[in-house]
Amino acid sequence: MLEKYNQAYQRYIDKITSVGSTEMVINMGPQHPSTHGVLRLELITDGEIVKDIVPHLGYLHRCFDKHAESMNYGKSIPFTDRLDYLASMNNSHSFVMGVERMLGIEDKLPKRVEYIRVLVCELNRIASHLIAIGTYGIDIGAFTPFLWCFRDREHIMNMLEWASGSRMLYNYIWVGGLFYDLPVGFEERCKDFVKYFKPKLDELDELLTNNEIFIQRTANIGVLPANVAINYGCSGPMLRASGIKWDLRRVDGYSVYPELEFEIPVGKGSMGTLGDCWDRYKVRVDEVRESLKIIEQCIDRLMSDFARLPDFDPRALVPKKVNLKSQSYYVRAENPKGELGFYFETLDKTDIPRRVKARGPSFNNLSVLPELGKGVLIADLIAILGSIDIVLGEVDR
Amino acid sequence: MIENLVKDLQQRFDATKIQFVEGTKQHTIVADASVLVEVSLYLRDSSTYYFDFLANITAVDYFPENRFAVVYHLASLPYQTQLTLRVELPVANRDADNLPEVPSVSAVWRTADWHEREAFDLMGIYFTDHPDLRRILLPDDWEGFPLRKDYQDAEYYHGIPIKGQ
Repeated sequence: MLEKYNQAYQRYIDKITSVGSTEMVINMGPQHPSTHGVLRLELITDGEIVKDIVPHLGYLHRCFDKHAESMNYGKSIPFTDRLDYLASMNNSHSFVMGVERMLGIEDKLPKRVEYIRVLVCELNRIASHLIAIGTYGIDIGAFTPFLWCFRDREHIMNMLEWASGSRMLYNYIWVGGLFYDLPVGFEERCKDFVKYFKPKLDELDELLTNNEIFIQRTANIGVLPANVAINYGCSGPMLRASGIKWDLRRVDGYSVYPELEFEIPVGKGSMGTLGDCWDRYKVRVDEVRESLKIIEQCIDRLMSDFARLPDFDPRALVPKKVNLKSQSYYVRAENPKGELGFYFETLDKTDIPRRVKARGPSFNNLSVLPELGKGVLIADLIAILGSIDIVLGEVDR
Repeated sequence: MIENLVKDLQQRFDATKIQFVEGTKQHTIVADASVLVEVSLYLRDSSTYYFDFLANITAVDYFPENRFAVVYHLASLPYQTQLTLRVELPVANRDADNLPEVPSVSAVWRTADWHEREAFDLMGIYFTDHPDLRRILLPDDWEGFPLRKDYQDAEYYHGIPIKGQ
């Protein structure tokens, strides 16, 4: 290798080895519970103050790109479940939409399929946000919300297991349709869940949102201005908490989202500054409420206009072989964590793509951490990292 | 929008260095590597386009041709538009000492920082003027660029056999 290809590495080594006598290099992670996975942060600290952060990724790198380039599209769907393993439905929805748009069958899908997809995606979004909220509480030192969140998330997991056969990694949404129709009685159980969950969410809200200790730990901490958020490619709740109303469900209006009514919560800075940790937390709580609204509408439609028919086949449009012309396409969709994109470059006469790249929202959201975490206390760094809500499966892919 | 954009860019920069790609599902422009940073800056700052959001950078290998491409996916938050910017990178050979070079846009969009590191790490694209072009996903002492189509698995990594039986 040429010398210049290693220059940056040498600069990094020099930086770490030349810390002053009052400074200290601390490794946070990769086995640290508050890094939410195998993320390693190398901190240069001066006492309790973080002076610089060098994130090290890749401990969970599972070669998604290479893998997806060696097999056909349908076989990659189970792997997309494992990118952001807390929101598997959303991942496969995005991937599948990309392939369907390249095939040109996205308008031909039965409405029932689309509504089921949105229903399970929104259920999964709630599950993902519940983890974000619960583990955020635990980062700050509140144990009860964590248990409550996991208790309620378990109901969603059970429902999705009923539909797909798997608790977390579903492989339920297929190119051109679904694995199966919803099991009989799913809609009613879903209704029961919404009824059960609404008061529980209020309880959770009371426990954390206006909790004085929680506000002390999160308000005015890790303030992310909107222009910085955009420049770093942040998306999802991270961007919306900075006051930008940007939700791809509305912007792109994919699937049946244009037919559904829901608000896009944005940060308002009500407890401190716009774009602080509290805002990011609050946006997630509000989004759970909006997702509940969407779920209610989906169930209504699924029980009336697009009710179950005996001869309905959710696999009717599933292609035996995905035959695509040589083309490229970038698909994006709103994951619980932000914009999940897939870039495809396909080849003629084969159903194996030339290039697939996954653009994980967590990867981009995390990249702003060195900027946010400079000059903060170590304890606040934990609060900031928790508010970003990363999933390492997607950062490292 | 796209016709005006292409015309505008061709007038501002060398017309031979900006090309519009026909027949794609998403608007795609091919720019020459020599004008990439200027074009990026203009696309970001101009009030008519305002592509302030760089969503993604992908490096593509066109093996067996000695050719790579870097694809930039831009989005404009105020106008809600999308644009794909491509840079074609022909190389003489595929040696580790002869990486394709393209100027870094990490000074234009900070997102590019980590995405370019990833493209360097996995595909071996060298981004000139990048502030910190280290490997990001693989260990620092990894050899080769695994996403290249001609990549051969090493037999050992630090004495650990890594080839499947």
